[in-house]
Amino acid sequence: MSLSTIFQHLLTGISLGGAYALIAIGYTMVYGILRLINFAHGDIFMMAGYFMIFAMVSLPWPIAIPLVCILTIVLGVLIERVAYKPLRSAPRMSIMISAIAISYLLQNLATYLFTALPRAFPEIPFLKKIFQIGNVSSSLVTFITPVLTIILVLGLMFLINNTKIGMAMRAVSKDFETAQLMGIKINNVISATFAIGSFLAAVGAILYFTDRMSVTPFSGMLPGLKCFVAAVLGGIGSIPGAMVGGFVIGLCETILVAMGYSTFSDAFTFTLLIIILLFRPTGLFGEKIIDKV
Amino acid sequence: MKTSKKVIYSLILAVITLAFLFFLESNKAKYGMAYTVLTKGIILAVVAVSMNLVTGFTGLFSLGQAGFMAIGAYVTAIFLIPMNSIEEVYYMSGVSPSILALKSWLETTPSWFQAMLPYIALIAGGLVAALFAALIGIPVLRLKSDYLAIATLGFSEIIRAIISSPQMDTITNGSYGLKKIQGFSSLIQVFLIAAVCIAFMILLIRSTYGRAFKAIREDEIAAEAMGINLFKHKSMSFIIGSFFAAVSGGMLAMFMRSIDAKTFTVSLTYDILLIVVIGGIGSVTGSILSSILVTVCKEWWLRFFDNPLYIGNFQVPLFRTGFRMVIFSVVLLLVVLFYQRGLMGRNEFSWDRLAKSINKLRSKSSSKGGSKIA
Repeated sequence: MSLSTIFQHLLTGISLGGAYALIAIGYTMVYGILRLINFAHGDIFMMAGYFMIFAMVSLPWPIAIPLVCILTIVLGVLIERVAYKPLRSAPRMSIMISAIAISYLLQNLATYLFTALPRAFPEIPFLKKIFQIGNVSSSLVTFITPVLTIILVLGLMFLINNTKIGMAMRAVSKDFETAQLMGIKINNVISATFAIGSFLAAVGAILYFTDRMSVTPFSGMLPGLKCFVAAVLGGIGSIPGAMVGGFVIGLCETILVAMGYSTFSDAFTFTLLIIILLFRPTGLFGEKIIDKV
Repeated sequence: MKTSKKVIYSLILAVITLAFLFFLESNKAKYGMAYTVLTKGIILAVVAVSMNLVTGFTGLFSLGQAGFMAIGAYVTAIFLIPMNSIEEVYYMSGVSPSILALKSWLETTPSWFQAMLPYIALIAGGLVAALFAALIGIPVLRLKSDYLAIATLGFSEIIRAIISSPQMDTITNGSYGLKKIQGFSSLIQVFLIAAVCIAFMILLIRSTYGRAFKAIREDEIAAEAMGINLFKHKSMSFIIGSFFAAVSGGMLAMFMRSIDAKTFTVSLTYDILLIVVIGGIGSVTGSILSSILVTVCKEWWLRFFDNPLYIGNFQVPLFRTGFRMVIFSVVLLLVVLFYQRGLMGRNEFSWDRLAKSINKLRSKSSSKGGSKIA
């Protein structure tokens, strides 16, 4: 393998990792606040792909992209209001089953509305422009993804650390009930969390599917599960952790595919999950959790 | 109600069920749809009860059912593909020598063994899955609820990736799947195998082990303080649950006659979860009832949702392919949100309960009637 091929693979890996990182942040934020694996997050990501396809039919991309983001945010907040809010005080298992039910519903709804056949993802001409650096050539989206991911993460960190809503989010994730007693409207905070997560998923979907070129009703499932692994790897609840986790998983997966083990790249991700949970359950950046009886 | 009366009622119910099954068996051609759907429902009942054992009675939220079913299905299939058509099944990539050795060894066994082969194949599938469950259980069962769910889900995806990988082509036939699997001889056979499996799980739940499982479900720390060995009981429940999931997978392979890795996706686990939730998490009879009810509705009674419907010349909107599954997911969501106990909650079917509810209905209707006259 020549140096330029290696560099090419690394670039693809980092780009894939960027998209994963954006989805992983959605998981990590929701888990941090609700202690819930939002099984539907991968399907929200898939729906964002479909929204983009239909938005691009009649609209130019500068209008289509914000529209897709808004639609995805509405979908994410709606799901939270309908399926998770009524179960705030229910046992953990019920709310998890509710999340699975939503994921099942979104997949079946997508199959019903858009059929199970893959649909071509529209090309955004300016993202597909080919760049050449030395021997390595790649489309602009490959360069943009990691940069955009890092910018979004920095913005999010600023939001969490320096604004009022960010402070409320930190409070709710530390202690749900006390935050409520302090006068924080937790329902608004949770909705804001879902809105941010869905927005990032929409951005991730646009970048991811521009590279993949087609969407099916099930194309959100596996990336969704992998991104949850990324969130666990980085330490669940930690936003920079989720970003690092996303990049690590994207890179490892691309390297495995490049070495010819493409069928095992999924298996690798889940093996990684089991290994992390065994040896470092709090992940790379997670805080230590003390179990209380 | 007296015990003797209950026994008589149960016997009558068993006789009616068997008579009904014999009737279906002898009129197979006429009631083909009912026959197929009922077979599938009974097979899914086994895996639903096994999932209930793990999730409902032990409180381990495991989503690995599809993976264990895949293991069971493939092992059973390899045992039950007739020797003379094995080359034909593996025409793409050739047969692995170890399978050929196994098959030719099976040929040399005595005839009673050959006659028992379907049962042996199912048990072998179950044992292989149980071995996997024991190995995967060592790391995974230490995890807490939602991590356990993700890890088992991941495990089932790993199994599927391995089965369909090119490196396993000579054993699992890759994406072509296995065909020409020997089927069941009759519906009665399916029913009896399922009955034995479910009876075993009911006995387990009623034993001291079962009480320990329930204690772990209610409160792990309290259970540990009472002297229950957490890891031992959790892995026991997990292994036995996986065993029966694999038996059910094997039965599914025998029922469908041909399998491939795509059958055992995460959606299959979700389907089973839907059955368990609708039946009531923690009720064996609920799971059995709902697996038959859900399968019958899904494959037969509600098929019309998928076809365009005309009333006169007016085509009812929404009715087209896929609508049935949307309805099903909405029902699952509604059950989770508003009717969490499902059909049976944590209760089991019993004649006493039935008699009580009949009495209640009767007294209600008579009191209503009385007030009308007055």
